[in-house]
Amino acid sequence: MVSEATIDEICVVALAEAFRDDGEVLCNPMGPVPVLAGRLARATFAPDLMLTDTIAYAVQGNLPLGADGADAVVESYMPFRSIFDQVWSGKRHVVMGASQIDQYGNQNFAAIGPYRQPKAQLLGMRGAPGNLINHATSYWIPNQARTFVEQVDVVSGPGYNRVAALHPDSGRFHEIRRIVTDLGAYDFESADRTMRVRSLHPGVTLEQAQAASAFPLTVTDDPEVSRMPTDEELALIRDVFDPNGVRKGEFA
Amino acid sequence: MADKRMTEDEVVGELESGMTIGIGGWGSRRKPMSLVRAILRSDLTDLHIVSYGGPDVGILTAAGKCRKVTYGFVSLDSIALEPHFRSARQSGSLPDFLELDEGAFYLGLMAAAHRVPFYPTRAGLGSAMMTENPDLKTVTSPYGDGEELVAIPAFEMDAVLIHMNRADQRGNGQFLGPDLYFDDLFAMAGKKTYLSAERIVATEDFLAEGPVHTLRIPRIHVDGVIEAPLGAHFTECPPDYGRDEAFQREYAATARDEDLWKQFRTDWLDLESHEAYQAKLSERGQW
Repeated sequence: MVSEATIDEICVVALAEAFRDDGEVLCNPMGPVPVLAGRLARATFAPDLMLTDTIAYAVQGNLPLGADGADAVVESYMPFRSIFDQVWSGKRHVVMGASQIDQYGNQNFAAIGPYRQPKAQLLGMRGAPGNLINHATSYWIPNQARTFVEQVDVVSGPGYNRVAALHPDSGRFHEIRRIVTDLGAYDFESADRTMRVRSLHPGVTLEQAQAASAFPLTVTDDPEVSRMPTDEELALIRDVFDPNGVRKGEFA
Repeated sequence: MADKRMTEDEVVGELESGMTIGIGGWGSRRKPMSLVRAILRSDLTDLHIVSYGGPDVGILTAAGKCRKVTYGFVSLDSIALEPHFRSARQSGSLPDFLELDEGAFYLGLMAAAHRVPFYPTRAGLGSAMMTENPDLKTVTSPYGDGEELVAIPAFEMDAVLIHMNRADQRGNGQFLGPDLYFDDLFAMAGKKTYLSAERIVATEDFLAEGPVHTLRIPRIHVDGVIEAPLGAHFTECPPDYGRDEAFQREYAATARDEDLWKQFRTDWLDLESHEAYQAKLSERGQW
């Protein structure tokens, strides 16, 4: 008898769902929960994904978090230069974090305060500008209340309103596929391309989700309840990918 | 047949204040640290550093050597934010900087290597990379619907410093680790390129060290070769050695305290030569 799924596992599965129907693309998740989601998706319903060991190799097999990949089967060579080439080819779906995100999906992990001399220098632009404008991007946000803001201080990853203001061809590859938080899953499948509630995690009400957002959440239908992990998924998460429970650290 | 061997201090003797200097490697990986320390102990100043930045950028900004840094990121990898660089950005002590999308940075190197003024890309459109850097221009495609693209300018560099696992005395370079990063483009893009290496070997011995695909720096782009065993320390240089994480943590902690930083400089960074640094490392053990 498998014990009941916990919130971290529900989030991993909600994020794994972002890769469903991706087919054969390079899946580049960053951080423990996104990496688990990518590996889980490939082990179950998205077997054609390619994943890297985060060094320079695309590897097969079900690697646990933190494993060095020395014994993994290498299927391709992916040094950093090749990763950028994959970005521009479009055959990639990345999961990034965010310190701030707004109603249109404008994301900031660059800096808090004025960009030229910030109060807090964060990661910087990193690859966000190129990722967003070239291929599918999803976000993992472990603390929605802190992150859903009215306005971001710096736009590292452009959202739908800023891309709409560009030349019509510029945005043709831009897609924010999914945002998964500690409270629910969101997308931009709304008429005005504002962030829409896709599902709420079990026990979370719309009022709670709205209270943890500085902008109005768009609701098109009665939001679904995020699906529970299957027994197979729970076994993979707990026994294969993350036996040490690294994922739980993101919910501290 | 040119023998291009020289010392770190001879390299610095060919550099001038105000120059734009490219530094190869990536984050805290295979950085030419013996050359970075030679710059640190010189009177060079007002430099413009171009780098996928790690402790090279952190050290030179903390020491006030930089007028400007052009970067894709500045990170110590196992420590996500380079703490000295972070301090410089937050205090405003770095006069100028250009932060580019990581991939766009690659195009600036490639444009310089290929001697074209720019390469076009979509990366940056709609983001603060464009709004915060009005000097970055766009171009209109002469084809199709006239799509607008970002023109990433060529990084013109007076000098470039890279570190390889092996080299010969004529300047051919060999990397033996998992990733070349962008060092071949750096080497091509520099008006002068200086290559330090863990070991200088006879040309005929290269293929005993690694397969032919590892011979990625041809000597036509190299002006000086410096033999520097442990020359990338404390950054990683596999398979010769991994990152010295304990040393890196010690370095990172000095960003919090001016006295600690001064002491660390005296103890490690300001030593008179790479030989002295190596001797001190071997006293410390493990190296």
